[in-house]
Order: sequence, then structure tokens, then C-alpha cells
Amino acid sequence: MSLLTVRGLTKSFGGLRAVNDLSFDIHAGQIVGLLGPNGSGKTTVINLISGALRPDGGSIRLMQDELARLPAYRIARLGVARTFQLVRVLRGMTCLENVEAGMAYRAEARFGEDARGEALALLEQVGLAGWADVLAQDLTYINQKRLELARALALRPRLLLLDEWLAGLNPTELQEGIALIRQLRAGGLTILLVEHVMDAVRALCDRCVVMSAGSKLADGDVAEVLAREDVIQAYLGVPHA
Amino acid sequence: MLFIELVVAALTLGGLYALIAMGLTLQYGVARIMNLSHGEFMIGAGFVTYWLVTSLGVNPLWALAFSLPAGFVLQWLVYSILLTPLVRRSASAAALEVDSILATFGILFIVQGILLVIWGGGFYSYEFLSVPVQVLGVPVAANRLLAAIAAFVLGIGVYLVLARTRWGAALRAMADAPQFAHLVGINPRLMATFAFALGGALVVGAGVLVSMFLPFSATMGVAFTMKALVIVIMGGVGNVLGCLLAGLLLGFVETLTARFLDPGLTMAAVFAIFLLVLLLRPQGLFGRVR
Amino acid sequence: MIRTFLRSPVTWGVLLVLVLLASVPLWVSSQYVVAYGINVLQYGVLATAWALFSGPTRYISLATTAFFGMGAYTVAVLSETLPWGALLLVAGVLGAVLALIVGLSTLRLSGVHFVIFTFGLAELVRQLVTWYEVNITRVIGRYIFLDISNVDIYWQLLALLALVLFTGAVIQRTRLGLVLRVIGEDELVAQHLGMNTTRAKVALFVLSATFMTLVGAIISPRWTYIDPAIVFNPTVSFQVLIMALLGGAGHLLGPLTGVIPLTALFELLAARFPNHFAVLLGVTFLVIVYLLPNGVFERVHQWWRRLRVSRMGMQTGSPQTYAGVAEGREAADVSDAVDDNEARP
Repeated sequence: MSLLTVRGLTKSFGGLRAVNDLSFDIHAGQIVGLLGPNGSGKTTVINLISGALRPDGGSIRLMQDELARLPAYRIARLGVARTFQLVRVLRGMTCLENVEAGMAYRAEARFGEDARGEALALLEQVGLAGWADVLAQDLTYINQKRLELARALALRPRLLLLDEWLAGLNPTELQEGIALIRQLRAGGLTILLVEHVMDAVRALCDRCVVMSAGSKLADGDVAEVLAREDVIQAYLGVPHA
Repeated sequence: MLFIELVVAALTLGGLYALIAMGLTLQYGVARIMNLSHGEFMIGAGFVTYWLVTSLGVNPLWALAFSLPAGFVLQWLVYSILLTPLVRRSASAAALEVDSILATFGILFIVQGILLVIWGGGFYSYEFLSVPVQVLGVPVAANRLLAAIAAFVLGIGVYLVLARTRWGAALRAMADAPQFAHLVGINPRLMATFAFALGGALVVGAGVLVSMFLPFSATMGVAFTMKALVIVIMGGVGNVLGCLLAGLLLGFVETLTARFLDPGLTMAAVFAIFLLVLLLRPQGLFGRVR
Repeated sequence: MIRTFLRSPVTWGVLLVLVLLASVPLWVSSQYVVAYGINVLQYGVLATAWALFSGPTRYISLATTAFFGMGAYTVAVLSETLPWGALLLVAGVLGAVLALIVGLSTLRLSGVHFVIFTFGLAELVRQLVTWYEVNITRVIGRYIFLDISNVDIYWQLLALLALVLFTGAVIQRTRLGLVLRVIGEDELVAQHLGMNTTRAKVALFVLSATFMTLVGAIISPRWTYIDPAIVFNPTVSFQVLIMALLGGAGHLLGPLTGVIPLTALFELLAARFPNHFAVLLGVTFLVIVYLLPNGVFERVHQWWRRLRVSRMGMQTGSPQTYAGVAEGREAADVSDAVDDNEARP
């Protein structure tokens, strides 16, 4: 049963076709990787799904809801949460407040004192127990990423979009991050993962979709797809004769 | 006959507006300074020209020639002394925008205040080429015609500089993607200062031109700034050609409104256009869809 | 939430001060004091109302004069035909409608469009009103002959101040207040958290504008003669801006701390240097912008907070804590630019 159905998704910036007639499915409970070399349009796809950008054409369905021309706040309320490639925490607010902000407008909203318990639990889940009253701007980059994840989870999303969330981590942190994402999937969350870290992709993804220059290049089992000639070429370029 | 009169009036006004707006779009698009005091420097230039003409007997055309480099230097100083500290302390483009709005708002009052102290609130003008010239059989004031031509020459000149020279390319790069400019060897600070100064030179030039045919007063600056801002948005921020066209459009709208509706409704007409643009095409008539 | 509000010493402190202020005309007979009080209260409400919207959202409104003037002018036009209560109601509604138009057309876009619109709004309204008076009603200048004493005006303004402070305090504790706070931090994130940012901004802007309009309406009887040039005076917008920024727009009580010293200063300057007033105003403003970007209140608040943190020791942070600041800031820089380029207009 398909949770997210993307059909014919298209987006251009001026003369540049950033996303070209893209179609793929994500089934509930899956972790799907969205891969491709830089500039292939991955973050644009995330932006289109989350509502930060409006598509020029095509459809994005979350179960029966059409997301394609909705404003971002509606999409968030329907259960789509995301992290950003360059982390965007609410710098002047504490970690607790950051997480609570995610709880105020979701389906079963919680606000004020009611929200505190769940927010603390989420902070603990991502490894930020005890940092509740620290300002987000005083966190290290890695902790800010964790905070952003907690805030996204606070929305109780059906679909989580992770935009290179595992980038820039040292080996230990990477393993922790992978474990965390596995935990989330075990809890029933569906995840679309834009990633460059191939170890993570192989460890986590059930399937992956590979993009190149805005179009879909491959879609299938991770090991198979990553072994394909054309996928390797897309990443490394055509070998000199 | 009426038609030609209107067209010339519209082109003159539009050309001037375009010139002022081009200056502002350089300051905002490249240097990221939302300069609310823009119009005050224009009026200030008008007053200085008035003084030069009436007290020293200088020909306004010399004043024009002199004003461009003078305006450039003045605005270079304004940016370096007053605005660079803000640039340095701003953590983001949005913060700089807010800071620059506030700071230039303060500069607005200071410049206007100085003009009011020296010259008071009355209207000033001087005699220059107020002789009719025949254009396609219709008498047109020579000073207006000259102002219109000069505005176009300057405007096209600036456009060519931006489109054809390396400095121009650097400026356009800055407007487009300031965070990457330094990666291609552009010094962002220097470019921003240059853009600001260039924009300032344009507005000073416009002030001299305006003084040639329009009676001006110390409090008129705000209305010009207002219109320049609207043109900048309509033309697409940083888009100099868009400014030129949007400026001409506004010139036409205002002239027609003044002639056929009521001269007291020009501001309303400007706002109505602005509102329309905001509602239908907020990235500007010629702005790129992002 | 309401309970903590009622128990807070700050709340009671403010209530006490308000009650004291209300009693002043009863034991002080000097008309000068009442007039001075009116001036302070007038700007107190204006600055607080301004900060109510522009503080959390960081959208700079330069339109204070437009609403203030509308309130005053409405009274001027209708003072012979409606009772006082109805006058205030009509003025408030008109201000709200104008704010709704401005808000709906500009607040779904970036802050720049809003600033530009508000920058010219006073001028626009003035022109329209002038045109209307010249062409339709053919009345130049209006007289207000209402029997309202200065003390009555004083009390009404005081009540309005209490109302705006109360409203601000309530909003801060609701979801709307949260939305505004998050908008001020990062509007794109707010939208991705399910917050309808446009609606929140418009609501706050209309609320803020209504208060400003009411100030203009209440204070108008003090001018017996009114015309558009008098009542749509851009200096009002400017002064309110300076006061709110000096005190700090980030806190509800912040603007008041700017209003009190500056009304005194401005009265002094206007009396001593009437010709140079504008220049001095501009200089004062620049000084504030450069030296106290977040206002006095925020400076004091920050100092207070640092004092508490250092007392608590390093319990809240590891040695890495402050290293992340620079990285985070850099990240925010680029992401700002990148997302600015990509975000919808």
C-alpha cells in the first residue's frame, strides 16, 4: 500500500529543469533513499514534497491527500515533517521550546504544560536529555541536527523527509545516527532519505531512487541499483577511453 | 498634439523615475541595503544645484557633470562610514535588511532635517532652458526634453556597463548569489560599496536633472523614494532593465492619472499598481520566477 | 497559564503602577502634568502596539501615522453626528479594515514588501483624504468641538494602555504568541511546523493597528482644528519607532522604557531647537540603532540572564556548548541565502 505516490513531478527554475517528470512510490514503513550526484534535483524534490516550493506539474499524493499545490503549513498538518540540509533550529529558543513548537499545530495538538512531558521524551530519544533549557544557538552542529529531528518527530508525522541528515558525522556519530533512524522505522515511521553517505544508504534503505540531472535514473533494491553501470557513471562520470 | 505632449511628459517622468530606481536597485540588489533615504539625496542634489546656479552662476549641465562623481564619492563615504558597521554585525541577509531599513530611515530624517534648516519648507526652482522646442510639430519645454534625454543616456549607459563589462558582471553575480561571489574572486565588500556608490551617483544625477524643470521642496524626497521602491519591486530586484521598463510604465500611469483623473491621486495610482503587482506577480513584472 | 500570569509579581507591579497613574489627576491639579501624562500615555500605547506586531515578527511597520491619523480624522469628520462611544467604534473598525487590506496584500510576501507599503501608507492616506475633502466634501480643515476634558482623555488613554498590555500578555501565552515567536526566528520553519503564518501576521497587524487608530481617536479632541497635514505627520511614526527600539521590541514592557525618557527628551528638543528637531531626531535614532540594536531592555535582560547562567555553573552546558555558536551561525548564513533563493515568493 503506497503512502506517498509521486507522478510526473516537474519543476523548472528559469531555463533549468531541476526535476523532470519524476515518478516513484513509497510504501508505509519503508525507508527509501533518494540518491544522485550533486545538482541532480534531490533537495528540490524534498522541497516540493514539503511545500517549500510549488511544482510546475505533476502530483504528490499522501494516501488520498493531494499535496502538490498546498501551502507548506497544510502539508505539515497532514503529517509530513522534514529536516533541512543546512540545519534550521530556532536559535533564540531553548531545546524544549523548539520541540514543543512542533507539537502545537499537529493533528492531536499539545500546548503549554501539556506538551512538556512528551517534548522531554523526544529530546531523550534523540540523545539530548538534559539539554532542555539550553538555547538552540548554543548547541554544537551535531546536536542541532538532533534537535531538528526531535522537532520534526514532535509533529507525529506519517512521512519523515531527511535531507542529508547524516552528513558531516564522524564514524561514531554516524553509527548512532543510523541506529536512531532504525529505531524510528521500527516505530512505524516512513522515511524518505536524501543521502550521500553510501554506508548509511546500504545499512538503512529498503529501496532507493537514483536521480540524475532531474530525471529518475534507477529505482529498486539498493545493492542492485548501486551496482548498475549507468548509476556508477552518473556519480563518477564517463571513464576516459 | 495632446498625445505628443503626454508622451514626452510621461517619458521624462518615467525616465527620471527609472534612473532613481536603477540607483536603488543597485543598492538593494547588490549591496542589500534597503535605502529609505534615497530620495533625500536626490532632493539634496537639487538644492545644491540650485545654490550653484543662483549663487555662483554655474550652468546646470556642468553641475550635472560634476554631480555624478561627487555623488559617487559621497555615497561611497556614506556606505563605508555609516553602513559597513551594520553589514559587519548582521548575521544574515534578513538582519541586514532590517538594520539598513532602520539606519537609512534615520539618515532620511537627518538629511531632510538639514535641508529644512537651510532652505525651509518652500518650493524652489531656477530658470534654465525653459524655452519651447519643436518636437514633431508640438512645443515642448527644452529643459524637460534635455532631462529626459540625459536620463535615458545615463540609464542606458549604466545598463551597458552592467551587461558588457567585467565590473558589471561582478555586480550582477553579487546580486544573484552573494554567498558565492568570493568563490570566483569577487571582493564582496568592495563590490557592495561600489554598487552603493554607483546607485548613489545615479540618484544625485537624477536630482540635478529634476531641478532643471520641476519646482522642488525639502519634503519631496519621500514620495520619490516611495515610487523608486515600487519600481524596484515591479522590475524585479537587481534587474536594471526591468527597472527601466517599470519606471517608464509608472511614468505613464502617473502622467495619465494626473491628466485624466486628478493630479491629487497620483500616489493612489502608484499604490494601486503596486497592489496589483503584489497580488498577481510578487516577483515583479520582469523578475525571475523562483 | 492564566494562573502563573496572575501570580507573577510583574503583573501585580504593573497593575499597581497603572492604578497609581490613574489616581494622579485626583491629587495633582497642574494641567501641565496631565498634559505631559497624556503625551507619555499616547506614545506608550502607540509604541507598545507597534511592538506587539513588529517585535515578534521583525516586520518593520512604518505605518503608525496612517492609523493614528485615521483615528483622529474619523473623529474630526463624525464628531457632530455620533456619540463618543460610537466614534471610537467606527474609528477602530476603519483602522482594522485598512490594516486588513494592507496585511492581506503584503504579509504573505517577504518583509520588504510590507515595509515599502507601510512606508508610503501615511502619504497615500493623506493624499486620498485630501483629495476627498477637496473634491467631494469641499471642506478644508475640520473643527472638533467636543466637551472632553484633558483628564478624561488621560484616563481613556490609561485604560487603553492597560488593555494593550493585557492583550499582549494574553497573546504571549497562547498558540498565536508561539506562532509569532517562531516566525521571528525562522518563518519557513514555522510553516513547516503546521503554522499558518500569514493568518497570524495579519491578525496581529490588525490588532496592533486598531490600537493605534484608537489612540488617534481618543486624543483628537485636544486639537480643535485638524487637517490632513497636521494629523498625518510622519514624525509620529518615526518617534514611535525610536521609542520602541530604544526600549526594546522583544518584551511587552520594553517599549515603555523607551517612551518615558524619550518623550521628555523630544519635548525638550522641540522646545529648544524647533528648527533642528528633525535632524536631532535622526541622530538620536542612529545612535540607538548602532549602539543598542535590541534595545535597553534586551541588554539588561541579557546581562541578567548571563548572571544567572554563570551562577548555575556549567551544569547546563559542556565545554563544547559555545563552540557550536559560530558553526551554527555560519550554517544559518548560507542556508538563509540558499533557501531565500528557493523559497516561494
